[in-house]
Amino acid sequence: MSIRHGLLALLDQGPRYGYQLRSEFEARTGATWPLNVGQVYTTLGRLERDGLVESAGEDDEGHQFYAVTDEGRVELRRWFDTRVPRTNPPRDELAIKLAMAVTVPGVDVTGVVQGQRRHSMKALQDYTRLKGRALAADTGDGADLAWLLVLEQLIFQTEAEIRWLDHCESRLGQYAERQAAATAEPGAAPPARRAVKSRARGRL
Amino acid sequence: MTEQLKPAQPVLHLDRVSRVHGHGAAEVHALRAVDLKVYPGELVAVMGPSGSGKSTLLTLAGGLDSPSGGQVLVEGIVLGSLDRKKLAAVRRRSVGYVFQDYNLIPALTAAENIALPRELDGTSASAARKEALAALEELGIAELADRFPDDMSGGQQQRVAIARALIGDRRLVLADEPTGALDSTTGESVLAVLRARCDAGAAAMMVTHEARHAAWADRVVFLRDGLLVDETARQDAGTLLVTAAANALKGKDQ
Repeated sequence: MSIRHGLLALLDQGPRYGYQLRSEFEARTGATWPLNVGQVYTTLGRLERDGLVESAGEDDEGHQFYAVTDEGRVELRRWFDTRVPRTNPPRDELAIKLAMAVTVPGVDVTGVVQGQRRHSMKALQDYTRLKGRALAADTGDGADLAWLLVLEQLIFQTEAEIRWLDHCESRLGQYAERQAAATAEPGAAPPARRAVKSRARGRL
Repeated sequence: MTEQLKPAQPVLHLDRVSRVHGHGAAEVHALRAVDLKVYPGELVAVMGPSGSGKSTLLTLAGGLDSPSGGQVLVEGIVLGSLDRKKLAAVRRRSVGYVFQDYNLIPALTAAENIALPRELDGTSASAARKEALAALEELGIAELADRFPDDMSGGQQQRVAIARALIGDRRLVLADEPTGALDSTTGESVLAVLRARCDAGAAAMMVTHEARHAAWADRVVFLRDGLLVDETARQDAGTLLVTAAANALKGKDQ
C-alpha cells in the first residue's frame, strides 16, 4: 500500500497537517489499513526530503501544515497513470498453507479448507453488513464512495477466496476418489501402465 | 401480544428431514436427516454444489414436496398433518416462494400476478391491488404494474416474482437463486429488500451459489451430498431475536 501517494493525493486538494491527513486517509479507506500519526510524519519527512511536499507554515494552534509541490503533482499523476504491478503476486499465507497441507502426511486438508471457508464467509458477512450500513449512510460525498469501493474490493476478494476454497474441496474429493479407485485394485496401486494394458487386453 | 417476545418458536423447523428419490439400486438420498431452524428476523442462506440437495430442501420447506423421513413445521404446524386444501392455505398465507423459473401466470399482468395469492385468500380485489402496487414500489419496478410477463425481461420477471413472494404478511420467504437473472447492482437491491423484510421480523431461507449474496444472511449453512456439513455461527442470536420481536410489536402498535 502506498502511503506516500495516498498522502500526496490528499495534499493535492490543499495544505493539511499530519493528524488531518491520517483521519482523511482513514475516512476514505474505512480504517482498513490503519495509519499511525508517526507513520504519517515519517512519510511527510521523506516526501519533503524528496522535494514532493513543502512546509506551509503553522496555524494558531501550532499545527504544522504541508503543501504539495509541482514536482509532487507530477509524481501523483505518474502514480495514477502507472498500472499496479501484477508480476510478483503477494505471498498468500492460505495458498502456502494448503500447498503444505497436501504434502504433509496426517493433515486433515478438507478440515483446513472447511474451517477457512467458514471463517472467510463470516468475514464476508461482516463486510456486507458494513456495506449495507455504508449504503444507507451514503450522503453523496466522495469519501463515502471511496470507502464503499474499498469495502467492495474486500468483498470481491473474499468471495474469490471462498470460490477457490470450494474448488479446492471438489479437487480434493476428485483426487481422493482416484486414490481410492487405485488402491481398491489389489496390487495395482498405482496401476502400472502395463497392468492396465494387460487387463484391457483380457477384456477384449 | 407478550407472546411475541418469546423467541422460542422458529418460523421454519426442519426436524430430521430426509428425502429419498427412486427405489432399490437407483435410490438417491437427496437429503439425510437435516435439522434446521429459521427464526423470526433471520435470513439464512443455503450454499452447496449442484446436486447437494439445496433445491430439495427449499421445496420441502415450502410444502411443495413431502419428506421421506422427519417433518417440516411452519409456525409450529406440521405440514404433513394437513390435507391438500389446508396445506395450500398455509402456503398462500404464511409462505412466499420465489421459484428459479419465476412461475408467473402469462395471462395476468404483473400487478395481477402479485395480487393473486391475496385475492385467493379473500382480500378484496382493490385492496389486493393496492398491496401489489406497494410491493412493486418496494422493488423499484412500479412502472411494470400493467405489463404481462411476456413483455418483461428475465430480470423484471424475477423482481415481479419476488414482489409476489413478499406481498401481505408472509412470515416465511423461500427463495431459490433469487438474484440469478439480475446484474450485480440490481441483484444487490433485491437482497437489500429481502434483508429489510427480515429486519422487520420475517424469516427467510435463500438458496444461492454465490458467496457474495449469501453474505447478506445472518447465517450461512453448507450442504454436501444431502448433509448439513457446516454453518457460520450466529453470534448475535439473542439480540437479533429480541429486535425482531420488538419490531413485530412496534408494527402492531402503530
